[in-house]
Formats: sequence, structure tokens, C-alpha cells
Amino acid sequence: MIPLLIGIPAVLAVLFQLVRNEKARGYAVYAGAGIVMLTTVIFIVRWITGGAQIWMLYPETELIDHLMIAGDIFLMCLIIGLSVKYGKVLPIILSVAQTAIVLYTEFTVDVKEGPHMMVDWLTILMCIIIAFIGGFICIYTVGYMKGYHAHHKDVKDRQPFFFSMLFLFLAAMFGLVLSQNLIWIYFFWEITSVISFLMIGYTRSDEAVNNSFCALWMNLLGGLGFAVAIALMAQMHGTLQLLEVVNIGALLPLMCLSLAGLTKSAQLPFSTWLLGAMVAPTPSSALLHSATMVKAGVYLLIRISPALEGNLVGIIVSSIGGLTFIMASMMAIAQNDAKKVLAFSTISNLGLIVACSGIGVEETVWAAIFLMIFHAVSKSMLFQSVGAAENTLGSRDIEDMHGLIITVPRLAYIMGIGIAGMYLAPFGMLISKWVALKSFVDSGNVVLVLFIAYGSATTMFYWTKWLAKLLCYHIPRQKVKDVTRRDEYVSMFFHVAVMLLLCLLLPLVAVWVVNPIVRELFGNSTDVLSMSVLTTMAIMLVSIFIVPIAMFFISRRSHREIVPIYMNGINEGDNRFFMNSYGKKEHLYLSNWYLRFEFGRRHLRIPSIIMAAAVLVVGFCLVIGGVSW
Amino acid sequence: MVRIVFVLAYLILAPFLGCLLDGVDRVISARMQRRKGPGILQPFYDLGKLFAKEMIAVNNVQLLLNLSYLVILMIAGCMLFYGADLLMVLFILSTADMFLIMAASSDSSPYANMGASREMLQMMAYEPLTLLIAVGFYLTTGSFQVSDIIRADTSAVLWMPGLLVGFMFTAAIKFRKSPFDLSTSHHAHQEMVKGLTTEMSGTTLAIMNIAEYYEKVLLFGIFCLFFINSTWWSWIAALLVCAVIFFMETLWDNISARVKWKTLLYSCWVVTLVAGGVNILILMLDK
Repeated sequence: MIPLLIGIPAVLAVLFQLVRNEKARGYAVYAGAGIVMLTTVIFIVRWITGGAQIWMLYPETELIDHLMIAGDIFLMCLIIGLSVKYGKVLPIILSVAQTAIVLYTEFTVDVKEGPHMMVDWLTILMCIIIAFIGGFICIYTVGYMKGYHAHHKDVKDRQPFFFSMLFLFLAAMFGLVLSQNLIWIYFFWEITSVISFLMIGYTRSDEAVNNSFCALWMNLLGGLGFAVAIALMAQMHGTLQLLEVVNIGALLPLMCLSLAGLTKSAQLPFSTWLLGAMVAPTPSSALLHSATMVKAGVYLLIRISPALEGNLVGIIVSSIGGLTFIMASMMAIAQNDAKKVLAFSTISNLGLIVACSGIGVEETVWAAIFLMIFHAVSKSMLFQSVGAAENTLGSRDIEDMHGLIITVPRLAYIMGIGIAGMYLAPFGMLISKWVALKSFVDSGNVVLVLFIAYGSATTMFYWTKWLAKLLCYHIPRQKVKDVTRRDEYVSMFFHVAVMLLLCLLLPLVAVWVVNPIVRELFGNSTDVLSMSVLTTMAIMLVSIFIVPIAMFFISRRSHREIVPIYMNGINEGDNRFFMNSYGKKEHLYLSNWYLRFEFGRRHLRIPSIIMAAAVLVVGFCLVIGGVSW
Repeated sequence: MVRIVFVLAYLILAPFLGCLLDGVDRVISARMQRRKGPGILQPFYDLGKLFAKEMIAVNNVQLLLNLSYLVILMIAGCMLFYGADLLMVLFILSTADMFLIMAASSDSSPYANMGASREMLQMMAYEPLTLLIAVGFYLTTGSFQVSDIIRADTSAVLWMPGLLVGFMFTAAIKFRKSPFDLSTSHHAHQEMVKGLTTEMSGTTLAIMNIAEYYEKVLLFGIFCLFFINSTWWSWIAALLVCAVIFFMETLWDNISARVKWKTLLYSCWVVTLVAGGVNILILMLDK
């Protein structure tokens, strides 16, 4: 089954290169996404009917190992080629160094053979996220790219390439989460780095090329960390199993792997690459932010988190995560570009997940997994709705979304649910925040408690003002035609349904999916979510969903006269114009509050990068110096 | 059983109590300004008049959002008086506030929108401290449950005086008292008309006022948590201290001028960090 999971999207990726007809390719993508989802479902059903035990697979894989070596070398050559073409040096150095380290280790050190792949609950969860969220993003892309190229005439139409990359990305992600051998994970890890680099550079504009190389070198730095971890594990402990890394708990390999995880999940000081990734078409952002790339980073950190509890590496990881959580949420306040806000919020939320996995106890990992699930769904939904709004309104500025509830109500509802999912009460984000706060207190980390207290306040600010902007009643200046295609809506409505179901079935998700994962990672699992919390959750659900609906019916019965708004007595009839001091008609323009001079990137970016880099460097020095904690 | 009584008492009495407190507040303020001022029951008459007014509105959703604000606030209060999880109460409280903000910005009214923006800023200013208070109670009594907190052997305030001071400081935002009444004010002299409530009138405004009364009682409930322990007289002490705090908030309202938003945000955050953060740090080191 596993070769199929990885193989099908990979084969499809090659196939899309050959299909030149746009319509045929669209159907091929639908079918392909369907097949990927179906394979995943069959795979999961077979695993569960097989007793839902941990499967350890493929102890002998001589041939595939050689193929992977060839693959590594190919990737290196690709990076060198492109770097030479665009005159970049850093990626070449990093790429050559890490490939050399891995190859040297592979050929010189004799390691104990073990299973190369593993299936457990965490893998299953990741597979579901990749297949379904990733799959629906692919479906969305078909419609989106038509609108995109209708808007951006200057960009060369390279859609076959784009679809290939999407499916290849899914294949690589499947490989990454199923692998257990470090060299295998490293191979898929490198593929994701290179594909994200290629996707970011889709438009081939100067900005896109620069940003894609920025993403490349940062991720290659993480890859270098991964390669060093492989070399260390092989040389010192004679094993290349991820499970062994956790069991042995040697600090330096853990630190190197954490570096890889931090770069991939765009934590400070490496968050620049994810912000730069915004230049690519929206589906690639949706994919990078929700189902794939950054999730690979937190996946790795969650995997190694049992080994991080209470040691120096854990402290470094959780501090960087906490710092990222608060700094990114502050910087998000000053953004008016919807995609930038989403990018900062991704970074910030991942910061919380990383902080949780850095603490490395059952409760925090429980919260981290929950955050990951909810983040994947709502971020994918938000990116898709912002992309659709961009195609419809011709802008992705939040200011232009003023009164979206009147102009394009469907998109406004989808976006609103996505935003609510990111921070409002009954949605899972909050419950995980509750658990995270409690376990931060239990672990006695006062700095993290402060980070989460301030960070959730700033998070609330930037989401609320966006939500208020969407729901503002305003008669539009000109009529807006919703150009969102049906397949885009299918994907978005799927996400909405999943989001609402996740809220309603939260206790079941906790018991059936998240608790088993925690149990497998830690060997035992206490009930993180007590019954009293569940009842509270029920009350919250009722209050958020039922109350406004009930109030809708109550308030509808009252008769009222609609009057114009108050504009100091100089209203010009409707609510759009007022009389200025020259006695002329002037259009009313309302803008959100961005606090640019206080929370702008200009002021916060450099200090936060320096702080995070300092933590990282000092951490490495302490770990290498062998300071025991 | 006792819990149900508490919840019912809150649901029924809180608006009256809140309204009465408002009347007392106005009398005290008048005396401080050497005026006679209105009678103590004036807020009741005001409410009655608001309900009797003709229904005019700027759009169809404002009433619905205001009603949601009221009901969700009531739920938060019920949870507190039932003895549920304090952190959840605070989360629901901020969700309720979200509905008020939505109600204010549901129309493109310049004054109401500015008020809504400022309300968001105020939330950002007081939110960290409220979370820290919950953490403080958890560290002191070992539980987020209000029912456990009130059964502790000693009053929580002995362990968390810094948090109490911080809460008294930031509660001025929630009570809409000067110097922190940026989004809307009880006083008429507002640089942006009535801010948040500019577009609310008649029944809609009355509902918003009732919700604020519920919120006021809820906040005093949290103040009481600092003092209540397993002894019966601690309840009386808590009520007395609440009366003192109430008087001090009124005094502060009368002697200070409204500040700019930056002063509000930074002062609240600094007080939170110094009074709250240090308090939490000591608690963590000690426990």
C-alpha cells in the first residue's frame, strides 16, 4: 500500500507534464486528487482493520537506498545548476556540504539495519491532512489558475509544471511522514525544500527569484542540520532510526534536528522565507502553510518532542517558539495585505506549536497536535478564500474587503468561519490554548506563560479588526461579480464542513485520534481533556452557534425604522457621502487601525531576528560545549 | 443546589444590582463634584425610557448582535457563579466582547467604527492580565475551578496581591471609567460622540446597558474570588472590599482625564508585566 501512496501522486506529477489540453488536465487533476484521497482511505481502513498496531516495514531496501543516493545527487545538481544560472553562491555551498556529509556517512559507516518505514497514529493523522487538505487544494487550484492567468497576463502560463509540483509535493510529504530511517526522511525533506523553491519562483519575476532563493538557502541550512544529525547518529550511536534518536536522547543530534524543524516551520530567525513565499500563486501558499512544508517541520519536532522534556534543547526550542508566537502576532497587526496577515499568523501559530513540543510533556504535545489539525484546516480555508477574493476584487488588501458580506457574501462567510476558527471561543484553537497555558504553568516556565498571555491579546486584535471589516454593512460603489469557480467553492465548502464538524466532534477527535498519538509517543496517556472541560465546551458551542441564530429570530420580530448613520449632521442622503467644509460632497472612507509605528515590521523584525538568532547560537554553543542542564 | 441558587440569583439580581451600582456611582460622583445629582434610581428610569422609545436602527443586525452580546455575557457570568472553570469564563467574556465590537462596526459609521477599533485596543490592553489572574489562582489553589478556589483555606489575595493591584488598574477599562474610557464613556463629553454606542438607540442601547450591568457584577465576582476562602466571614470581607474598590474606581474616574491610546496600552501592559508577571514568577518559584 505504501508504495502506492507515494507512487500515485508522483506518477500523476509526471503525467501532468504531458497533458497540454487545459480542460483535460483539469479533469485529470480532479481524478488524481480523488485517487490520492481514495488510496489514503483504503490504506487507513486496512491499517485500522489490521488492529491499528504500529507497523514497522521494509528492513531490507538495498535498491531503494541506491536510488535515493542518486536522487540526492540529482537534487544537488539541480540546485547547483539553478544557483549558477542566477548567480547565487550560498545554496551551492550548503547543498554540496550536506550531500557530501550524507554520502560520506552512507558509504563509510556501517549502521545497524532497521525498519525504514513506520505507520502509527501520528503518521495516519498526517496522511489524512496531506491527502484531504492537500487534495482539495489541488482541486481548488484548477479553477484558481484560470482566474490567476486571466488577471496576470504578464506571467508566463506554466500550469503543467505547477500541477506537477503540487502532486510531487504530496508524494514527498507522504514519504516524509511514513519514513522512519533518517536518510529516507532526509531525502524527502530535501525534495520538499526544492519543490517549495521551484513553486515560489513560479512567476520568474525578480522578486520571486530572490524570495525563492531565500527560501532555498534557509531550508538548506536546516537540511545541513539534518545531515549533521545523521552523521552524528551514525558515527556515535551506530543507528539511523528516528525512534532511536528519541530513545538515546543525545543532545547534539537533537539540536541539529530541531534546527531543521525550526527552519522548515519558519520560526524566527528563519521566518523571512515564508513571508517571501507570498509572491507565488495562492494555492502554493495554501499548500505550504496548511498541509505540507511547515507541517513537516512541526511533525519532526513533535516526533522528537518526548526527548526534549526538561533538557537544554527543549528549552531552546520552546523559547524560540514562544518568542515567535508573540513577535509574529505583533507584526501581523501592522499588515493590511491579507496574505501577509495570514503568513504572520501561520508563523505565530506554528510558534505556539513549536513551544508546546519543546516542553515535551503529554499535555503540551496533545495541545500541539490539536493546534496542528485546526491550523491546517482553517489556514487552508483562509488562503483559498483570500485567493478567490483577490481574483474577484482584484486586490487582496483587507481595506478593499470592507463590506464583503454585502458584495460577495459567500466568500465573506467562508473567510469569517476561517477567522473564527483561528481564535474564537468554541473552536479548537482556543481549547488547545487553554491546555497549552495550563501545561506551561505546570512546567514552571514563567516566560512562556507571559508570552502566551500577551500573544493571545495581540492575536485577538488583528483577527477581530479583519472580521469587523468583513462584516461591515456598506453599499458598494460598483457591483462586484463573483468570478470564483465551482471547483474552488467545492474545496472551500469542504473545508467549512470539516471545520464545523471538528468543532462539534471535538471530544471524539480527542479520544479517537489525539489521545492514541500521545499514548504512542509517550507510552501512556492521561486524559488531558477532563469531563468538566467537555461540558464547558458544549456550553461554548451552544453560545456561539445557537445564540446568534436564536437572537436572529427574536430580533426579526421587532419592527423598526431604518435611519441613516450619524455623521455630525452633514449626511448626504445615503451612508456613503458627507458634506465637507467647502460644502462639497465627499466620499466617506473608513480604514482599519494598523499601529504601524508601534508594531511595524520595521521596528520589530530586526530585534526579534537578533534575539532568536542569539538564543539559537548560544544554545548550540552550550550543547556542543556539553553543558549539562 | 447552592450552585443553582447562585446562578439564578445572578441571572435575576445582577441587572438590578448593576443598575443600582450605577445609580450609586452617579450620586457619589455628583457629591464629589459638589453637585446634587440625580436620584439613586435614575438608571432604572433611563432604562425604562429607552425601552419605551420608538424603534429606529441603522441596520437589521445590530439588535441581533447586541442581544448575542448580552446572552453570551450572561452565560459567562452563570459559569462563574456556578463555580466552573475561570479561564473558560474569561475566554467567553472576550468572545462576548467580540459581539459588541461587531455590533458597533456593523455599519460604516465613522464614530462607531472608531469606537470599535478602540474597544479592540482596550481588549488587547487588559487581556494579558486577566489570563495571568487565572494562572495566579491556578498556582495558588491548584485549580482553575471557581468552586475549588472559594474553598481554599486562606484567601488567594495573600499569594497574589500584585495581581489584585493589576486587576484594579485594568478593571477601569472594563468599567468604562476615566482615564481608560476610550471607546465609549458614561460622560457626554466625548471627542467622537458616543464612540462604540453612537449608532445604538432605544431598545438596542438598553440591551447594551443591561449587558454592561451583568458584566459589572461578573467583574466584582472575580474581585470577590481574591478574598473568599472556606470561612463564612471572608464573604462579608469580600463584599466590603468590593465596596471599597467600587468607591476607588469612582474616585479615579473623577480625578483623572482620559489618556491617549498609547498611554493606555503601554501602562496596562507595563502594570501587567510588573505587578502580574512578578507575582506569577514568585508564585512559580514558591510552589
